[in-house]
Amino acid sequence: MSKEKKLYNSKPFDSWKLAKELRANHYREIAESRTDAGKKLLIGGGTESMIGLPAGLGDYVFFGGEPYAASFSAGDPQGAIECMEATESFGLARDLCSYFRNYVGSLLLDRYYFGGPFPKADFYLQTHFCDTHAKWYQLVSEKVGVPYHSTDLLPYRWDETEDGKKQKVEYLTGQLLDAIDWMVKTTGRVYEDELLIQAVKNEFRCTSLWAQCAVLNQNVPAAMDEKSMYSFYILAVLIRHRPEAVRFYEILLDEMKDRVANHIAAVPTERFRLLHDSQPPWYALHIFRYLEKFGVACVGANYEYGLSGGWDYKEGEYLRPAVPPQDRGVPLKTREDACRALAQWWLDYHLLARGIRFSGPGKNNLIVQTIKDWNCDGLMIHLNRGCEGLATGQMEVRLALTEAGIPVMTYEGNVGDPREFDEPRTLARIDAFMESVGLDIIED
Amino acid sequence: MITAGIDMGAKTIKVVILKDGQVVGRSNVFSGFETREAADEAMKAACNQAGVTLADIGKIVATGAGRKDAPYATDDITEVGADAKGIFSIYPSVRTLIDVGAEEGRGIKCSADGKVVDFVVNEKCAAGAGSFTESMARALEVSLEDFGKISMTSDKLIPMNAQCAVFAESEVVSLIHAKTPKADIAKSVHDAIASRIISMVRRIGIEKDVALIGGVAFNVGFVDALKRGLETDVIIPEYPDFVGALGAALSAVEKHG
Repeated sequence: MSKEKKLYNSKPFDSWKLAKELRANHYREIAESRTDAGKKLLIGGGTESMIGLPAGLGDYVFFGGEPYAASFSAGDPQGAIECMEATESFGLARDLCSYFRNYVGSLLLDRYYFGGPFPKADFYLQTHFCDTHAKWYQLVSEKVGVPYHSTDLLPYRWDETEDGKKQKVEYLTGQLLDAIDWMVKTTGRVYEDELLIQAVKNEFRCTSLWAQCAVLNQNVPAAMDEKSMYSFYILAVLIRHRPEAVRFYEILLDEMKDRVANHIAAVPTERFRLLHDSQPPWYALHIFRYLEKFGVACVGANYEYGLSGGWDYKEGEYLRPAVPPQDRGVPLKTREDACRALAQWWLDYHLLARGIRFSGPGKNNLIVQTIKDWNCDGLMIHLNRGCEGLATGQMEVRLALTEAGIPVMTYEGNVGDPREFDEPRTLARIDAFMESVGLDIIED
Repeated sequence: MITAGIDMGAKTIKVVILKDGQVVGRSNVFSGFETREAADEAMKAACNQAGVTLADIGKIVATGAGRKDAPYATDDITEVGADAKGIFSIYPSVRTLIDVGAEEGRGIKCSADGKVVDFVVNEKCAAGAGSFTESMARALEVSLEDFGKISMTSDKLIPMNAQCAVFAESEVVSLIHAKTPKADIAKSVHDAIASRIISMVRRIGIEKDVALIGGVAFNVGFVDALKRGLETDVIIPEYPDFVGALGAALSAVEKHG
């Protein structure tokens, strides 16, 4: 087996520190919104929703549940387990989404991972991104005793007709406008359309910039590794509607271009490239460092690349960053323009939303194309018990890839629940897969 | 050249000693809690049988769940790799290898030159491993050996509805209370295990020749259920529980240079 050690230059990202700062600031802002000194409107919900829609209400901060739960699992796995146990004692099933269980447990224990009591929102606003999301904030809002509004989301099918697309855009646009009316009525605030327009422009720009960073990782060697990517993609998830997120991705894109031009690798011994599928086990991110011992670079995933949308895809033709509407001359002058553009952006370019609903050839072909475009040698599938949406069609993907002659490995776990992850077994699985593709550990 | 392979399995430790490519020594010892002592015992027993000393052995490679903790081994190979090497040396025509041990079941797709093309392992599922048969035999109050034999005397088809070994045990208790004959229950259990294994192996595709290794290959009831489920014959090597250790010993030959 090969122990051949090819070496590239490598160095940490300059942008990493800024990414960490922005994230820390965001979670501090959430906590401070509940104090007299930092008081502002706190809106809760999933980040895979219309987090920029409340922008017209003025100053607010959006507390998204999924990345919060991920942070908790990553930073304090034992604490995360306590949250899950609290949720299960409350009467909710153990096989529910682990982000949901973690978040609800955090609420029940009144424990905010970033310190202090759990911040309770002034109201909850949610998009039915998945079946769990549909009930999550209804339950939370009832527990907290504040209003709740939800928006239905019907992603395009992979083979959606043009007529179907129009209907879905209209449906979503109408709901976004209704959601704004509801927020105005609930808060009594005046709604400024210009603030909404700016927020959605930021969202389009942010997600497009992140997609451009992702495309640069097609380069060999890859400039970004999986673990670093988790620190970068999260800002598009948390605050894509805010200008500081846009600025961050402009900085990151410049740094990526520089790294690519100068052949700076994330993994200096890169000799095998893997694409990952589904969220990672947040409490066990070191498995990606273990892969690096074999000279394996995990160059991306449908998850962190696609989580906040921004991809223009035509099967068999292209997978590329979407061009923001403001760059295409799409009018963005009124509330309706903004809502329609947002609805269109989500439905046209949010491939992950499509993939969690619809599996089959459409999803398989997207993964195959991603593997080819990112020059990957194989796929690593996390059979993730903590997220049914991202688990949709995984075994079909596996079959499609093996039939295409692309090596695939699977490992079982749970995105947020450490009790469902068997580290020795996972490492043994990695060892066996590495053996099967002829790679030995380069360094021990 | 003398090499050895040590398979640090979940329940038993197997050693194979090769001399110039021929098996000259074998041993099989219960792992217990003190696995290093058990491995030591297994190595000594195999050496005795081979008429060699530890110092005569040029290289020892370990495999199995406890391979990182194997004494004397200077290298290791995964169970998947060892199984593929082992079966290729005995039956090079095998393309689908099924290994059902005490705690794990796996399916391995092998190429014509003995390489691993794809593999699948039962993930957190005791219903596809030997420990399940043991607990079912205990529930029926028969020995493990008889458990397989009595199942062959049944011609009934009683599907086990439980997806999980734990629930299956409850189901067996219910069948006992319903005065279902032991033979019928035993057959039902074997059918259920075989069904789990087959459904797992189908993920990598089933291509002839198919071989079965691991301790559960001694269970005639399981073998019968597997053949019926696969609708094809299954090759069982003479020492099915030693194929992994054999593969490790062959790997030692390659690594010794």
